[in-house]
Amino acid sequence: MKDSSMRLVKEDGTRIDGRRLDELRPLSIEIGVLEKSDGSAYVQLGRTKVFAAVFGPKEVHPKHLALPDRAILNCRYHMTSFSVDERKPLGMTRREIELSKVIREALESVVFLEEFPRTSIDVFIEIIEADGGTRTAGLTAASLALAEAGIPMVDLVAAVAVGKIEGQIALDLSDLEDKYGEADMPIAMAPRLNSIVLLQLNGRLTREEFKKALELGKKGIMEIYQKQRDALRRKYSEEALMEV
Amino acid sequence: MSAIPPQSKKSLIAGIVQEKIYNLLQQGKRLDGRSPVDLRPITITTGIVEKADGSSLVSLGKTKILVGIKTEIGTPYPDRPKEGSFTVNAELLPLASIGFEPGPPDERGVELARVVDRSIRESKAIDLEKLCLIEGEKAYILFIDIYVLDYDGNYYDPSVIAALAALVTAKIPKYEVVGGKVQKTGEYFNLKLQKLPFTTTFGLIRGKFLVDPQLEEEAALDVSIIIGVDQEGNIVSIQKNSPGLIPETILEQLIEIAQEKTNAIRNKFCEALNIVI
Repeated sequence: MKDSSMRLVKEDGTRIDGRRLDELRPLSIEIGVLEKSDGSAYVQLGRTKVFAAVFGPKEVHPKHLALPDRAILNCRYHMTSFSVDERKPLGMTRREIELSKVIREALESVVFLEEFPRTSIDVFIEIIEADGGTRTAGLTAASLALAEAGIPMVDLVAAVAVGKIEGQIALDLSDLEDKYGEADMPIAMAPRLNSIVLLQLNGRLTREEFKKALELGKKGIMEIYQKQRDALRRKYSEEALMEV
Repeated sequence: MSAIPPQSKKSLIAGIVQEKIYNLLQQGKRLDGRSPVDLRPITITTGIVEKADGSSLVSLGKTKILVGIKTEIGTPYPDRPKEGSFTVNAELLPLASIGFEPGPPDERGVELARVVDRSIRESKAIDLEKLCLIEGEKAYILFIDIYVLDYDGNYYDPSVIAALAALVTAKIPKYEVVGGKVQKTGEYFNLKLQKLPFTTTFGLIRGKFLVDPQLEEEAALDVSIIIGVDQEGNIVSIQKNSPGLIPETILEQLIEIAQEKTNAIRNKFCEALNIVI
């Protein structure tokens, strides 16, 4: 909990966890962490911890849901009951239903679904611990899981939340900063195309602040994108070594 | 689980319609004769359901939205003991479109409710502290329920208009605290909204944009996004609500137009309801 004397941004411009306003939390990425899925990834961003797994392309059940010209993409964003301060009831909340939709739409923007007509591709995101930025960390993980499953995409999706805390635009809000800050804006991009695939805003920003937030978000996204590519390279160079 | 809706199949016909809409857009025109930045005509009627504490029927072109408000006395949220609260629900009624099914709200209904909720909440339109009766114990809870009655594209913008119209004209049963308990007084009070946030929905086709897409256009869009703005020009909500790519470079322009369009909606709203801001 935050008491009223606590400041989100200290006088020297650092935040509660010691970060600068334009700094990401420590990010670690692992690919291929779950055995039984076709592709999987684990992303940890500060204390936010996320698994993503992909199944498919596979046969559609029930069959009548299949599309003749492309694959269907199914997506579930879900938080474990113990991932948050107060135990989350089992089942899907309205928030989870909404986020599943916007995440599905973000991924749909980059996957070549027309390569796999009459099949389905299922994406599952499980939030193990939630400390802000779960939908964006989930998307970052999901696009890597899709890559590991060998599903062709125009680009990876890299995502981060930006926001406003005590009047200042800040990158990668923690849960506390999101709760007591003035705005939270999750952004996901296909960086190579300089295009937005997810954009939401909760909070109040002026036009100038929006512009600044977008720029800062893009900077964070480019850092995450680089780490995603490094993680993929690391995985496949290790595999190549083992085969020799 | 969120799945691609079956009717979203990119059909041959949708491709032809998209071509036509795109060609028209290049000349600054649209299927129904509007310019790319024209809204459809707005009409606002209020107080149409007497049993509701507030109600409105709003049409944007042929899209019709019905909103009703009911009030209850409940307990404030533990983390906001000095405030009343409100919840927004939305249902896409089966009589509004062949594409809407009976049953509990699906992800589209949930998304609509949450986008309207966000616009009202983040702009701080309702003074929630005034809705508290006994700190930590009793407060007014407003239920804002949205029903899409006739769907001809873009149910977001008229839903926000209808929700605000119902709120502004609502007559809320007044309670008073007597000896630590709350009881009805038989009188009513008006909510005075602190902000009037409105939204503008944009559609993009091959990099060209239009506002307030009607149904035929909506089916042909590459991508769409909703931007909410308050009367001071602050951006209070954004939701990209469809698959597709939005070039980063176009966003600033969309925000500028959203500021203009929400202003126009606000003027119309105030004129229809005799409000001076």
